[in-house]
Amino acid sequence: MIFNIPFIAVSALILIGLYAVIFRRNLIKMVIGITLIESGVNLFLITLGYRENSVAPIFTNLPSGTIVPEGMSFPVPQALTLTSIVIGVAVLALMLSLIIHIYRHYGTLDAREIGGREE
Amino acid sequence: MSKRNISAVVFFMIIAVFFVFSALMMHPFGVPEETDMDDEIIKEAQNETGTNNGVTSVVFDYRGFDTLGEATVLFTAVAGVIMVFRRLKQ
Amino acid sequence: MSGMSKIVRTISSIVFPLIIIYGLYIISHGHLTPGGGFQGGAVVASGCAMILVAYGSIWTINKMKEKNLSLLESIGAICFILLAFFGLGFGAVFFNNFLVGSNFLFGTIPYFGSTIADINTGGVVPLMNFAVGIKVIAGLFAIVLVMAHASSTKEGKK
Repeated sequence: MIFNIPFIAVSALILIGLYAVIFRRNLIKMVIGITLIESGVNLFLITLGYRENSVAPIFTNLPSGTIVPEGMSFPVPQALTLTSIVIGVAVLALMLSLIIHIYRHYGTLDAREIGGREE
Repeated sequence: MSKRNISAVVFFMIIAVFFVFSALMMHPFGVPEETDMDDEIIKEAQNETGTNNGVTSVVFDYRGFDTLGEATVLFTAVAGVIMVFRRLKQ
Repeated sequence: MSGMSKIVRTISSIVFPLIIIYGLYIISHGHLTPGGGFQGGAVVASGCAMILVAYGSIWTINKMKEKNLSLLESIGAICFILLAFFGLGFGAVFFNNFLVGSNFLFGTIPYFGSTIADINTGGVVPLMNFAVGIKVIAGLFAIVLVMAHASSTKEGKK
């Protein structure tokens, strides 16, 4: 069980982000929770493509003694993670600009009052 | 404790148990499933694309269509943000 | 958003060209070392955000209007798509790498194994790195500039 520490860290990040989205009322705290879920998914994508005792798949100045296809990690999950990070930045920018607009119109940042239900 | 709060807690507990169990049953960290695609990409990257970098050749040459979609998403986000803060000039 | 004191403005205008050089190095050597278009664009955009914080948003938006930034971003996106269509014209597939092996611009092919190749390799990949780098710089700087300017006008102060 000690060898699965990255996967336990991924599930901890996703669960904390999900708790912040469900159980909090402030809009900014919900946005922080969505960002935490995004970071957990990116970490999961990278740790899927790691071989034991391997180097990066770059041929400039390789350390001496690496076997060429078997001593390098997979390049495809790293490329997918790059795309996912940029999409996360785009979604975060749109969410924050909409929150500024909502605050100017309603005067409050409470999700229950804006939705219309007051408990 | 209204009905809404109890159902939210039960839903959260089910998802938490599911995540913890699947994190303990994954394959060990460092021994992935054997594929042939990544080994072929590492062997042929210098000959077919001419770069020394494996990740850049995957992003821009073997999977360039995904990079086109990502550039479109970035352009749409910038257009949306500028449009929200535009004031009507009267 | 007002600017900061004179010491902060002086030091940030000294450090800003060094950040631009570092970011352009990461963009242009994307096919030899780790990096590429997106990473170098993020570095230069954070340097521009430092100038925005030091000088205030009113001075920055008077010096650099929004129309120039959208023009730069559109030029980057059009160049990227034009390079993809040239691959369709010179071969048979959409993203064809038509500059590898030809002795036109970026043609040589490195040897197999651990070599130190020069910048002249790579085919169409360095040109795509420049196009995506310009697009990311203009896009991220436009987002930060518009959001900083919108919270300092008369409607925001109630």
